[in-house]
Amino acid sequence: MPKPKVAFYWCASCGGCEETVVDLAEDILGVVEKLDIVLWPVAMDFKYADVEAMEDGAIFATLLNGAIRSTEQEQMARLLRRKSRVLVAYGSCACMGGIPSLANGFAREEILKFNYEDAPSVVNGPRTRPQLSFEEEGRKTHLPEQSRVVRSLDQVVDVDYFIPGCPPTPLITKKALAALLGDAPPPKGSVLAPDTALCEECPRKVGKPADLSFAQFRRPHQALLDPEKCLLAQGVVCLGPATRGGCGAQCPAGNMPCTGCFGPTSRVRDQGAKILSSLCANLEAKEAPDIDRVLEGIPDPVGTFYRYGMAKSILRRRVDLNGG
Amino acid sequence: MPEPRNGVRIGFYVCHCGHNIASMVDCPAVAAYAATLPNVAVSRDYKYLCSDPGQELIKRDIAELGLSHVVVASCSPLLHEHTFRSATEAGGLNPYCFHMVNIREHDSWVHTDRRLATEKAKALARAGIRRVAHHQPLEMKRVPIHPDVLVVGGGIAGIHAALTLASAGKKVYLVEREPSIGGHMAKFDKTFPTLDCAACILTPKMSAVRSHPNITLWSYSEVVKTDGYVGNYTVTVRRKPRYVIEELCVGCQECIDSCVYKKPMFPDEFNEGLGKRKPIHIPFPQATPQVVLIDPEVCLNFKRGVLTDKCKKTCVEACAERKAIDFNQKEELKEIKVGTIIVATGFQPFDVKRVPQYGYGTYPNVYTALEAERLVNASGPTSGEVVLRDGRHPNAIAIIHCVGSRDRKTNRWCSRVCCMYSMKLAHLLKEHSGAEVYNFYIDIRAPGKGYEEFYDKLNEEGVHFIRGRVGEVTDWAMTPEEEGKLVIRVEDTLAGFVRRIPVDMVVLSTGLEPHSDAQSVRRMFNMSCGTEGFFLERHPKLAPVNTYTDGVFIAGCCQGPRDIPDTVAQAGAAAAEAMALIDRGHIDQEPNTARILADCSGCKSCIPLCPYTAIAFDSATQKAVINEALCKGCGTCVGSCPSGSIIQNLFDDEEVFGEIQGVLADEPN
Ligand SMILES: Cc1cc2nc3c(=O)[nH]c(=O)nc-3n(C[C@H](O)[C@H](O)[C@H](O)COP(=O)(O)OP(=O)(O)OC[C@H]3O[C@@H](n4cnc5c(N)ncnc54)[C@H](O)[C@@H]3O)c2cc1C
Ligand code: SF4
Ligand code: SF4
Repeated sequence: MPKPKVAFYWCASCGGCEETVVDLAEDILGVVEKLDIVLWPVAMDFKYADVEAMEDGAIFATLLNGAIRSTEQEQMARLLRRKSRVLVAYGSCACMGGIPSLANGFAREEILKFNYEDAPSVVNGPRTRPQLSFEEEGRKTHLPEQSRVVRSLDQVVDVDYFIPGCPPTPLITKKALAALLGDAPPPKGSVLAPDTALCEECPRKVGKPADLSFAQFRRPHQALLDPEKCLLAQGVVCLGPATRGGCGAQCPAGNMPCTGCFGPTSRVRDQGAKILSSLCANLEAKEAPDIDRVLEGIPDPVGTFYRYGMAKSILRRRVDLNGG
Repeated sequence: MPEPRNGVRIGFYVCHCGHNIASMVDCPAVAAYAATLPNVAVSRDYKYLCSDPGQELIKRDIAELGLSHVVVASCSPLLHEHTFRSATEAGGLNPYCFHMVNIREHDSWVHTDRRLATEKAKALARAGIRRVAHHQPLEMKRVPIHPDVLVVGGGIAGIHAALTLASAGKKVYLVEREPSIGGHMAKFDKTFPTLDCAACILTPKMSAVRSHPNITLWSYSEVVKTDGYVGNYTVTVRRKPRYVIEELCVGCQECIDSCVYKKPMFPDEFNEGLGKRKPIHIPFPQATPQVVLIDPEVCLNFKRGVLTDKCKKTCVEACAERKAIDFNQKEELKEIKVGTIIVATGFQPFDVKRVPQYGYGTYPNVYTALEAERLVNASGPTSGEVVLRDGRHPNAIAIIHCVGSRDRKTNRWCSRVCCMYSMKLAHLLKEHSGAEVYNFYIDIRAPGKGYEEFYDKLNEEGVHFIRGRVGEVTDWAMTPEEEGKLVIRVEDTLAGFVRRIPVDMVVLSTGLEPHSDAQSVRRMFNMSCGTEGFFLERHPKLAPVNTYTDGVFIAGCCQGPRDIPDTVAQAGAAAAEAMALIDRGHIDQEPNTARILADCSGCKSCIPLCPYTAIAFDSATQKAVINEALCKGCGTCVGSCPSGSIIQNLFDDEEVFGEIQGVLADEPN
């Protein structure tokens, strides 16, 4: 029996997801043994043409990481969708837009202007901007165009499964692959991670007070944190209660709060709004000026509550009626 | 357009409500539109759906057309949700497979454009139809009711409620914070407008409380904790030490006579500090229970409240073999179970220090109304003789109405009884001293049986009434006649000029305020307060003694200022409401409660949020649990669970989003 063909592909991402695949360490050998990798730009040399040449549906599964924010990424997403029987959104960016989708809080022109002109480290006298095409010595090259909005994979093509995480942990990846290759694959559309929030598996849950009431918020560097006490009880915004578990609570174990990379549970439409409504309801302050003072402890609310999920949130993007 | 849901057959009914709806909404057009929506099996308009034939229509359709769900677009659910749920049930469906759409208060009554109002009715109908398709059958819960009642506060309200319940055979716990029951009424000499002696009508009721076998009277006690829910409250009462064993004290008061303090020398609370008492004392002669108490702050056997055992304890000698005095008494916590609670904690008088221009505390001959009540009282500190603090007898007395009432700077409400008691005091002061009495009023408010007549009587008695809010009370004399007098400066708004009236005594008719601890009492019993701080009734007209917490009732001045007749009527009503619950034996609970899924992570975020303390943490499962009997379905926790693990019946995501999508959908119509 031929080995099932799989593809790994990356779009708007940092490369961390690829690391996880590598982090499977010895297990990767087992994976390679069972699978026939047909595309993996980060590690192996394949050409797009090779993929195009395949028959539709020839690939058993593609694990695609990264958000979709350029014409090329969109093209590849569509191509891989066509060629794959199973398309998996791998990692927070593919699942929910991830960190790249924080760009949805700005117009494209603002981003380009800052990055090519205004950023303090930029020296760009002629104010050159990326061009869509460029001709040199009679040869014309084309560059992909950056889209106005960063999207998650399922906002572009039909997605079969989601493996969340920034990056997904090796454990969750292994479990997901086993489930996909097993006899009873999970129902289409499933997120291949537990559907209970992180607190359940967090070692700090023991002894968490039942009367949380926030008098102030602090960022992790602003305090010497107790390594055992619930971070919320120490006034540090932890997204554990609003985030799927499955990661083994590595951040809280390392004395850092959960920042929400596994995304919301299946029962929640907007992770940021949910944790906000919970935190705000538990503020000690009851009058507007006192509330403002407490909230000053969260200087970047969008970056705090929508760090990985802006594209898939109800907020989704800033609408700029002037275009750009 | 959404996919029709299998097996869902909705009956939609739009009511004309006579002209109330039909004049602004084209009801037949709404019905015709609804008929085109998915899952709608029948759609009708009808003149009065709440009428018997209207309800029959629904019942018949359910049977004949095999409906699974019903939507009625008519008035507010507050008015007729129950009616239509019952009709749905009578037709053979679960009553919760029904949804009501309000197109009267939310539409026809508030719009003026018939075309747009009709469009809005269609949108609301669409929302209701989309929502109801998700409704599941639900069951009412039955909870038994504990027959005992707790009455908090032993003023006339609490006394009357307790006696009413006790004589109907209910067991009552009456908890009073002061050493004696009686409340404010016990301090009055006479009561308006009949001028019957307050003690003569109150004392028999107080003794009846004491001797009634069904009443457990705990004076000098306070409720410190309430747990549970309607029908099943667990209440903890703190019994403060009086250093006298209540069961052993016979009330002979020999101990008081033999106290090492030969003379009373400490300010006497009951007499508003106008009289003196000893460390061992009884608040007033008719105090109930007839049990003395020791004030450890001044008793020689204590030092600032701490037992020293340094006194000769002549009181103990006097008590002899009765052995009622116990210096080692400690406070006691008692836990009781009751099914219903009547809160009758009354009021506190406005603090006159907040209006310094009237000179209270500066000029000794300025009195509060309650002090004046004690001065004219036959059993008061002066035995009813009007002697001023400086020993003189007044020739002229001013009574200033509305002190701390009807005033933007202090309290905006009218305290309802001050005009009347001011006139009562005017009569009594004049009778007891022969002085000229001037009443300074804004308006005379005398609405009550015999009240206006009382005002007429006062006019005939020659009491002066001057309309105007007093500017200040001063001792700064401008004429020889004003020397040594208190001068009232006031604009006489009837005569139209500013007057100066010299008097010897000033009485400030203080308004009625919520107790300063009303907020903590409110929390203790899960009640709400209005903006002024008085406890809030569930409905000002239709449920005036009920609160938003089932099984907790209010009576008397804790709900707002009122006179004794109204207080007693309200106390009777509260007792009747409690009895209605008790005698039914159980309560039905709306099933719109919340529940926590097994997916709960145990983050505990929801626990402090529930205003009814219905959520607890189950240490075995490490998850939160909602006590269904306590849950009122407010939804606070549902919205705030960060992992979406709380579901509320009738407010499932599907139902709520169905409704929102329905109202926003831009379907051809
Ligand atoms: C100066 C004056 C004169 C008045 N004269 C008349 C009159 O002539 N005729 C008339 O009809 N009305 C008169 N009124 C009005 C009358 O006083 C009230 O209508 C009546 O007292 C209301 O009774 P109540 O039981 O609601 O409150 P209260 O009399 O205030 O009794 C409340 C009781 O509850 C107790 N209590 C409070 N908090 C707690 C707690 N947390 N736990 C336990 N116990 C608690 C208090 O100690 C008190 O015993 C007068 C009012 C004033 C101020
Ligand atoms: S807020 Fe939600 S997850 Fe947290 S304890 Fe309550 S029900 Fe459980
Ligand atoms: S719905 Fe309201 S009443 Fe019920 S448990 Fe939640 S917060 Fe409490």
